[in-house]
Amino acid sequence: MNKVVGSAKEALNGVKDNMTILVGGFGLCGIPENLITALRDTGAKGLTCVSNNAGVDDFGLGLLLQTKQIKKMISSYVGENAEFERQFLSGELEVELTPQGTLAERLRAGGAGIPAFFTPTGVGTLVAEGKEIREFDGREYVMERGITGDFALVKAWKADRFGNLVFRKTARNFNPMVATAGKITIAEVEEIVENGQIDPDEVHTPGIFVQKIMQGPSYEKRIENRTVRA
Amino acid sequence: MPLNRDQIAQRISKEIQDGFVVNLGIGIPTLVANFIPEDKTVMLQSENGLLGLGPFPTDDKVDADLINAGKQTVTAVPGASFFSSADSFAMIRGGHVNLTVLGAMQVDQKGSIANWMIPGKMVKGMGGAMDLVAGAQRVVVAMQHVDKKGNPKLLEECNLPLTGTQCIDMIVTDYGVIQVTKEGFLLTEHAPDMTPEDVAKATGAPLQISPEVRPMS
Repeated sequence: MNKVVGSAKEALNGVKDNMTILVGGFGLCGIPENLITALRDTGAKGLTCVSNNAGVDDFGLGLLLQTKQIKKMISSYVGENAEFERQFLSGELEVELTPQGTLAERLRAGGAGIPAFFTPTGVGTLVAEGKEIREFDGREYVMERGITGDFALVKAWKADRFGNLVFRKTARNFNPMVATAGKITIAEVEEIVENGQIDPDEVHTPGIFVQKIMQGPSYEKRIENRTVRA
Repeated sequence: MPLNRDQIAQRISKEIQDGFVVNLGIGIPTLVANFIPEDKTVMLQSENGLLGLGPFPTDDKVDADLINAGKQTVTAVPGASFFSSADSFAMIRGGHVNLTVLGAMQVDQKGSIANWMIPGKMVKGMGGAMDLVAGAQRVVVAMQHVDKKGNPKLLEECNLPLTGTQCIDMIVTDYGVIQVTKEGFLLTEHAPDMTPEDVAKATGAPLQISPEVRPMS
């Protein structure tokens, strides 16, 4: 068995129209940038993308908004993307805004075989409309559904050949949950090492969740708000 | 004279106790970090996956993999940890964060808050705000007392889509400090050079004046 593939294009073999694609990252930090560009180049349309943010106009998932390949987004915050706002307000793009913690838990639950759970987040707001409310110990909770996807695209710092992943700093964010929730999970990494070179105590995502691994040819790692000490 | 943004942040910093874990939102709340006294050990939580948020980096230490929830480049203090978004919101939703400070468009007398959406106009999303107001032990709002047109932002009932219901404990504005009680808004401090009556006039709901009301120092 060899999980390592030569390119993002090869890794995405099998992506079809109308699939649900889960994508890791927070803002532009820890996004699978090579896989996103390759996903655009597959030309697949009608996609449902689950990602905390929608990139910016010309980087990250913003690239697939430009080409109108995304039918629906499930996200918590999309304020950095003018094209997103335009497509949403004009009705071209379907959007399910989900609180950030609820989104993280929906992915975690989906990957863990839990179809639904109750959370206090969003009770009494638009987010809870049409959903089951139940009281536990005197407080109201709203039922939220787990999320799974046809493909999950994550970015890690390092992988070994079995697919054990190590993330770096705050580039971890949504990647571990996204990795668990894909039928096919592809990890793009900065470095592939031999099995045994990652200490088992330091593995963040065990390789069982990863079906394909590819090393990105280059990383732009664009910074959204470069801020330095005065 | 109403308070400036730094003075609002400075007043909120007095709510922080030694040993607290605090999550600061974007805008005035971020400024609160500048006023935490050095004799207090405080860990700042950033919901994208960092406990132990440090100052902005020097130019040579900028790291694209190390950002805060406002997507700014940051540093981590000694004792910091990195974790997933699921763990981050276990901290928040699970009631482990002592205090959160958020901005708001509206707050009402029952302590409900609106800060994420203007229908038909602005759709940025709620990010982590709904989880923070639902889960943090104490929720403080930092905002201007009236909007740019002079309309009150403290209301009997919010008319924008809510972020959370009955969750706000205290509001610090440029006009004063307002506690949210079972009986509604209670003014406990007012900006110097403003009277409690001035603050009440700019408030869109009944404002009780505490017998111990005093000018903010």
